[in-house]
Amino acid sequence: MPQHTFLLNGARVTVEVADDVRLLWVLRDILGVTGPKYGCGLNVCKSCTSHINGKAFNPCSVPVSKIKADDEITTIEGLPATVGADLHPMQEAWLEEDVSQCGYCQPGQIMAAVALVRKTKEEGRAITDADLDGLRNICRCGTYQRIRTAIKKGESRM
Amino acid sequence: MAEHRRSPDDAHEQPTRRRFLGYLLAAPTLAVGVTWAGDAINGDVAEAVIPSLPQPAAIFDLGDLQNLAALPTSGLIGIQVDADGTASFALHRCEVGQGITTTVAMMIAEELDLPLDKIIVTLADARPELLMNQLTGGSNSVRSIYTPVRTAAAIARQQLIRTAADAWGVPEAEVATKDGVLSHRSGKSATYGSLAAAAATDRTIQVSVALKAPADFRVLGKSHNRIDARDAVTGRKQFAMDLQVPNAKPCMVRRAPTINGTPKTVRNMAAVKAMPGITDVAVVTYGVAVRGDTFGQCIDALRALDVDWNPGTVAGESDKTVLAKLKKAQLPLAVPGLGALSVDAEFTFAFASNSPLEPDNAIADVRSDRAEIWSTLKVPIDAQQDIARQLGLPANKVVVHVVPGGGSFGRHLFHDVAAEAAEISQKMGKPVKLSWSRTDNFRQGRTHPMCVSRVRATYLLGNVLTYEQRHASTQTDFSHGLGEMITSTAAELPIAGNLTFAESIFLLTQQVPYNFGVVTQLLNEIPLEFNTGSMRNIYSPNVLCAQELVVDMLAKKMRKDPVAFRREFLKDKRLRAVLDKAAEVGEWGRSLPKGVAQGIALHTEYRGAVATLVEIDCRPETVNRPIRDGVTGPRVTRATIVVDAGLPLNPRGLDAQMIGCLNDGIAMALTSSLHMKDGIPLEGSWDNYFYTRQWNTPPAVEVVVMPPTSDSPSGAGELGVAPAFAAVACAYARATGAVPTSFPINHGTLSFEPYPSQPSTPQSPTDGLDTAF
Repeated sequence: MPQHTFLLNGARVTVEVADDVRLLWVLRDILGVTGPKYGCGLNVCKSCTSHINGKAFNPCSVPVSKIKADDEITTIEGLPATVGADLHPMQEAWLEEDVSQCGYCQPGQIMAAVALVRKTKEEGRAITDADLDGLRNICRCGTYQRIRTAIKKGESRM
Repeated sequence: MAEHRRSPDDAHEQPTRRRFLGYLLAAPTLAVGVTWAGDAINGDVAEAVIPSLPQPAAIFDLGDLQNLAALPTSGLIGIQVDADGTASFALHRCEVGQGITTTVAMMIAEELDLPLDKIIVTLADARPELLMNQLTGGSNSVRSIYTPVRTAAAIARQQLIRTAADAWGVPEAEVATKDGVLSHRSGKSATYGSLAAAAATDRTIQVSVALKAPADFRVLGKSHNRIDARDAVTGRKQFAMDLQVPNAKPCMVRRAPTINGTPKTVRNMAAVKAMPGITDVAVVTYGVAVRGDTFGQCIDALRALDVDWNPGTVAGESDKTVLAKLKKAQLPLAVPGLGALSVDAEFTFAFASNSPLEPDNAIADVRSDRAEIWSTLKVPIDAQQDIARQLGLPANKVVVHVVPGGGSFGRHLFHDVAAEAAEISQKMGKPVKLSWSRTDNFRQGRTHPMCVSRVRATYLLGNVLTYEQRHASTQTDFSHGLGEMITSTAAELPIAGNLTFAESIFLLTQQVPYNFGVVTQLLNEIPLEFNTGSMRNIYSPNVLCAQELVVDMLAKKMRKDPVAFRREFLKDKRLRAVLDKAAEVGEWGRSLPKGVAQGIALHTEYRGAVATLVEIDCRPETVNRPIRDGVTGPRVTRATIVVDAGLPLNPRGLDAQMIGCLNDGIAMALTSSLHMKDGIPLEGSWDNYFYTRQWNTPPAVEVVVMPPTSDSPSGAGELGVAPAFAAVACAYARATGAVPTSFPINHGTLSFEPYPSQPSTPQSPTDGLDTAF
C-alpha cells in the first residue's frame, strides 16, 4: 500500500492508502479530521473547503497522491494556529455576527472567506460585492447576508 | 442584572397569574420533571400548548393516552442541576439549524436565573412514552415547549431557594437569586452547584410554581447568539457523519435509474468485494450496499457493480405526464366566470428538493438481540418503532439517538435512511456509517410535490365577491404522522388515509386573510408514488404565491395600488401593521428604473404575521450576468421583512430565520426545481439544483421584528418562506409586465448537463487543485 506524507495543521502525517483516494476521505475517514464536511464530493458545494499552502481548495476533488510531502494542508481545526490565537479573526467575526444556523457549511465558508481576504489583500484592494457574489459555497439555511457582513468584518481585522 | 426576588407565593398577590405543576424527582442531585403539556394547577388549558397540527383525537382516543400516561411521572421532561453549577436538559426535539436549543436555554436561564453558558441542552433519544410530543415540525417546537420548560426551571429555582432558606433559617421570600448564586441580605450566599445535592429529594413530590410575566423577562425577548456557534465555527460541532462509533465503517449504496427501483440481478458481487478497502457487499431493498475503509472507496465500488434493475414506483413519469394528471384532477370551481368582472389564473409549481446540505446519513449497529441507531430524526419514536418491526426486535431493544442535523427543511421527518442503515447492518452483521451520495439525495430523496393552483376571483363595484382556489398536488407523504405509530399508522389506513390527513393539514394551515366575500380553498391530491414530503412551510409557498399574484391582478383591474388594496381588504390588524411597516421601511413606491420593480406579499400562519417587500432587477444586463456553472437570471436586490411573532423570544434568532426563509423563497420563485424525466430527477448536484447562491442573494436585507403583540410566541421557522416566494413573484410580474404562470421561472430551460443515470453516483473529480484560490 502506498504511503503519503504531508503537513496537516502544522504536524507531519503519514498515511497508507491507495493513490487515488481523495484527500477528503483521507482526512475524515483515516485521520479523523472531521471539520471539512462532505456535501457533494463534486467540487461544487464547497463545504470541505480547506487550505493548501494558504490557498482555498476542495479536498473532495484531489487524489491524495497529488499532495506533496512539503505541502501544508490546513483545515478549520488548524486555522486559529495560523494566527497564534484561540480563534482566527474571521471566526471571531462569525461569532459576533451569529452567522451559523445548522453549521454544516460554516467551516468551509470560513476557510473560503479567509482565502478570499488574503487574495484581495495581496492584490492591494478591498473586498467588493462582486468578490462576495463569486463565492460558491452553498449555505442551504440561507445565511448569506450574515456571511457577507462577517467577511467584511473579518477583513478589517486580518 | 438586578437581583431577582420572587416570593414562591407571589401568585397570591397577582391573582391572574396561574400556577403550573411539576415534580421534584427522587435523584441524587436536584432533578425536576414536568409533563410535556405544562399542566396548569386550576385545570385551565395551559398557555401556548395548542399544536398547529390536528389533535389525533378521532384516531387515538384520549382514554388510551390517559391510560398510557397514568403514572404521574411517566412521560416527563426535566431539568437537572449538578454540583458543577450547570443545569442540563435533554430536549425532546431535533436541532436542525433553527436555534431551538438556544431558545430553550434562554427559557431555562430566564426562570432559573442562571447564565446561558451554564445551561447544557442535549437532544433526547427516542422516548415512546412522549407519544406525539416528540415531533419536530410545523414550526411548533417553541410554541409547545414554552410553558413546560419554564415550569421545570422555575421549580428548580424554587427548590434551591427553599433549600437555602432552610439552611440559613431565613424566610424564602428573603432569598435572592442571580447568575446561579443564592444570597441573603445577612451576607450569606451559596452557588446553585453547592446546594444541588442538598436540594435533591429521595421521593418524588408534586409541587407547583408561578411563572414570570413577560413584562418581567430579563433574558427572553432580548437577542442572544447561538449557544452552539463556537462549535460550528471551529469544526467541533459533530454531525452523525462525524461520530466515531467503533467499527462503523463507511457505507454507500448503488441505486436504480428510476425512483424506488429495486435490484434484479447483481453479477459481480465477489469481484467488487475484493476491491481495495472494501469489506462487504450486500443486496438491500433499494440497491446494493458496499462497506469499506473510506467513502471514496465505497464510491469506486458502487460504480463498479454490474446490476440489472426493476423499474421503480413512478417509472415513465415526467414533468409533462404528471402535469397532465394534475390538471385532470383539479376540483371544479363553483362560481361561473363573469367575463370582465373576474380574474382567472392557473399556476404550475415544479417538483423541488428539500435536501439539506448534509447528505442523508445514519449509523446503525444491529446485533442479534438489539440495535443502536444514530441519525437526525424529527420523529424518532416512529423511527424506533418502525425499525424495530423491520429488524424483528422489540422496540425497547432499539436505541435511537437523535443527532443534530446539517439542515432539514422537512427531510428528517422521514427515517428511511436510518431504516436502510439498519437493514444493511443486519445483513452485513457489522456496524455501518451509511451516507447517501449528493446525487442520491436529489434523485432518490424527498421532494416537494409538483402542484397546480387555480384561482378565480370575482368583483363588482369595488368589492371582491368571491375567491376560489383549487390546489391539485402530487400527494405529500405524511406517513410520519404526528410522532408515533398510532398516528403514523392512521396515515396509512385506507379509511383515514393520506389524503384525509393531507386535507386536514391543508385546511389547518391555509387561510385567505382578506375580506373577499365567499372564500373556498380546496386540495386534491393524485396518488403518484414519488418520494414526497413536507418541505419548509408545506403547502403555503405555492398557495400563497398564487393568491398574492391574484391579489395584485385584482388590484390592477380595480385600479388600486397593491399596498393600498391590501390594506383596504385585510381582516387582521396585525397583518395591517406589518404591511404598513414594510411599506415604510422598504420605501414602497420609490422611483426605480424600467425593468426594476417592487413586490409585496403578506402571510399569517403559526399565529404569526409577516410582510415581505422585495425589489427585483430584471434588466438584461443583470439577467445575463455571467457566472460559471451557475444560473443567474433576475436578481432580488433588496428585501424588507417585517415579522410579528407574537412574543419574540430571541429577536436575533428570528431575524436569522427570516433571512433563511427569504433565500428559500427566492430560490422557489426563480431558480430551484427538479426536472422529472422518465421516472427520476435529472438534477445530481448543487450546480444542477439551483438553491440561492451568493450571486443571487440580495445585497441589502432588512428584518424588522415587531414589538410583542401576544403573551405567547408564534411559530417562526417556516413563517417567512411563503411571503418571500410570493413577493418575488409579484415583483417579477410588475418588472416584466407579465404575470408568470410557471415556477420557478427558469424551469422551462435546462441549464446544465445532467449526470448519467447510471452508475447512480458520479465519480469525484481529480482536478481540485486547478480551482484553488
